[in-house]
Amino acid sequence: MSKKVIIIGGGVAGMQAAVTLEELGIRSVIIEKEDGLGGKLRRWDRLFPTMTPAEEVLDELKDRVQRSGVEVMTSCEVSEIGCEGRMVTLKDGSSLESDAVVVASGFDLFPAELKEEYGYKIYDNVFTTVDLERMFRNGGVRTVDGRIPKTVAFLHCVGSRDEKVNQRHCSRVCCITGVKQAIEIKQEHPDTEVYSFYMDMRMFGPGYEELYRQAQQEFNIHFVRGRISEASQTIDHRIQIKAEDTLIGLPLKMTVDMLVLIVGMKAGESNLRWSRCQGVDLYPSSFVKPKNLFLGGVESDSKHIFYAGTVTAPKNIGESIDEGIAAAHRVAQRLKEE
Amino acid sequence: MVNWGYTITRVRRVDIDSNDMSYSRKLLAEFPELQSCIACGSCTATCTAGNLTKFNVRKLQTLVRRGEYEGVRKELEKCMLCGKCRLVCPRGINIRGLVQKLKKELPVK
Ligand SMILES: Cc1cc2nc3c(=O)[nH]c(=O)nc-3n(C[C@H](O)[C@H](O)[C@H](O)COP(=O)(O)OP(=O)(O)OC[C@H]3O[C@@H](n4cnc5c(N)ncnc54)[C@H](O)[C@@H]3O)c2cc1C
Ligand code: SF4
Ligand code: SF4
Ligand code: SF4
Repeated sequence: MSKKVIIIGGGVAGMQAAVTLEELGIRSVIIEKEDGLGGKLRRWDRLFPTMTPAEEVLDELKDRVQRSGVEVMTSCEVSEIGCEGRMVTLKDGSSLESDAVVVASGFDLFPAELKEEYGYKIYDNVFTTVDLERMFRNGGVRTVDGRIPKTVAFLHCVGSRDEKVNQRHCSRVCCITGVKQAIEIKQEHPDTEVYSFYMDMRMFGPGYEELYRQAQQEFNIHFVRGRISEASQTIDHRIQIKAEDTLIGLPLKMTVDMLVLIVGMKAGESNLRWSRCQGVDLYPSSFVKPKNLFLGGVESDSKHIFYAGTVTAPKNIGESIDEGIAAAHRVAQRLKEE
Repeated sequence: MVNWGYTITRVRRVDIDSNDMSYSRKLLAEFPELQSCIACGSCTATCTAGNLTKFNVRKLQTLVRRGEYEGVRKELEKCMLCGKCRLVCPRGINIRGLVQKLKKELPVK
């Protein structure tokens, strides 16, 4: 009987893991709770740092999945990993047997309404970076009443590095997302003034720092070092924000047409359920803790459970896809040994 | 003595070499959460006193950490103990508590 591996989650990491397994001659099945493959990538418009259309990456991955003959089950949620990776239970109560499991269930978006002081879902013109991606896809950035915003403020670290919402980690990709979106607004509306309120600019990837510099030099985006402490709505539905300009050491107030909250990556909701399985540990942040950060980044303490992508930590798309490849190779080797 | 009308300008850089860091060290040992401050300025931005006067609580606590105590105690009188700073701090630092501690411990000058 040929071996079969279950991939939990059909985001970029899970798709690539499945494809690589098939290339290695191992049957794989992706179980995805949404109605289609792609994970968060389905929602993005253009990708940092190259402004590549998200569809280009997604279509290629879908093609690979189709060509390799991976079995795909959509609208199907895994609720439990059993018997150390030899079985999974689905939400409808049924169970599937497997020779190994690759957990690629990704991350959750931080719900910005938890930071009530910024007024998301309370004031009209407070949005998140996720909303902005939707606007870019749907024809452009507009205020609630359909106007082109003349001033936009971005706020970094919403739902990251914040004890108050129990999210201590840095989400890594949000700094560059903010920079990318600030540029896109300027490309769309050159006369719009864009302000970015940041604490630290974390440009960890190739081409990221260059994009930041471009945002400063070519697009005149104003970077203000200070965290917005609160926002309120004015009578004409604009947003008044308060911050300290920490480089001057004075409080600052300004009114903008639109406030964009740069939301972080939160540990996936399923992680707590995965941790009930022996060999699966979580960090205090609830991201899954791999066996070894240096030598076993896609492995768990259980012989038949492997990880790929943002289930273990915030990552960009390239890193997540590469982990899909790495996990598949680890699985193949483990199954060969047995 | 002839008064030439000149004074010696005091060097206005923070001189860690000659500053007395003993209180700074003691403070951080007793109030270690302060070390996690990321200087985001949320406390100052939201501060009731800071929006009416030049009072800047982020700057004051940073000065103390650097061994610069002069004038800090007096400046802290402006705090209204409203506690808003504590509510917004992303590091969960009890800044109002810190202000109270500093007011007790720093020399009045
Ligand atoms: C606002 C924003 C913009 C971004 N833009 C970029 C960019 O431009 N470039 C870039 O490189 N990166 C970008 N990223 C990062 C990128 O989104 C991630 O790197 C990528 O989505 C991670 O893929 P993944 O497969 O690990 O996880 P996900 O995309 O989260 O996919 C996980 C999948 O698993 C499924 N799943 C979860 N639990 C279960 C379960 N119990 N049963 C079945 N299925 C389940 C989910 O439905 C989902 O489809 C951005 C992130 C954010 C927040
Ligand atoms: S990447 Fe930037 S915006 Fe995101 S949490 Fe880290 S510092 Fe904050
Ligand atoms: S709000 Fe907290 S972290 Fe930010 S500057 Fe004030 S004390 Fe530091
Ligand atoms: S407690 Fe004092 S320092 Fe804190 S916000 Fe109120 S007035 Fe400002």
